[in-house]
Amino acid sequence: MTVGLEHYLTVSALLFGLGLYAVLTRRNAVALLMGVELILNAANLNFVAFARFVDGGVEGHIVAAFVIVLAAAEAAVALAIVLAMFRNFGTVNVDTVNRLKR
Amino acid sequence: MSGDLVFYGFALLTVLSGFFVVASRNVVHAAFSLLFTLFGVAGLYAQLGADFLAVTQTVVYIGGILVLVIFAVMMTRIPRGDAPRRGLDRAVPAAILALLVFALIYMVIVGTRWPERAAGAPEATVAEIGTGLMTTFVFPFEYASLVLLAAMVGAAILIRERAPADDAADADDAAGEGEVRS
Repeated sequence: MTVGLEHYLTVSALLFGLGLYAVLTRRNAVALLMGVELILNAANLNFVAFARFVDGGVEGHIVAAFVIVLAAAEAAVALAIVLAMFRNFGTVNVDTVNRLKR
Repeated sequence: MSGDLVFYGFALLTVLSGFFVVASRNVVHAAFSLLFTLFGVAGLYAQLGADFLAVTQTVVYIGGILVLVIFAVMMTRIPRGDAPRRGLDRAVPAAILALLVFALIYMVIVGTRWPERAAGAPEATVAEIGTGLMTTFVFPFEYASLVLLAAMVGAAILIRERAPADDAADADDAAGEGEVRS
């Protein structure tokens, strides 16, 4: 069986499931963000696979590029928040940090 | 077909290292596994004929975001003994939920008749993407630059170290404002 759309979508679904599991179970804020990156990559893989096998244009590629841009912005702000959290609370455990102010 | 073998190689790399990202207790190991996951996804992009995205993925994700993540891991080291424990009470329901979501997506993937077109040979996409960004997608393109600027300023403000003198000056300001108001 030649590799087609379903194969790429299956890989993407697997990545999404792994990312979801990481977001649900991780207590370290940095590891939790890694799960978010996995989910974003799964979504991007779907965009590119559909662009190749269904649409045939490059619109899917452009949307995937925007997702990469937003992921970079999200990572910068989120990791800044994690560092501020570590400075104020001395931990990056998302269960113990439940206040906005010290 | 050799192309199929390359796909299975990259798919295996992506999913296996993605599994290690999720399963590894050590955050540093997870970060380095993420490197291989992102590289595998870049390889899949190349297989799909998305040459521009494969390069962007490598440069932005592996060269930018991953370095940021590894820096964050190094700057938030937790002393030994205080490492966050993962209890089974959370792992089991989360695993069931993740498996259910995967099963649902997989059923949709297999059960749907996708309107696939005859796959032609992939060609270079860079010129088309550039034209698209400057015509149809010019508003989101400009908006993305605004978002990046806001994210940069926001990250710089969040991370700023407050000097004691700065705090004293702020307190003076606050006192001064109070006087003006009263």
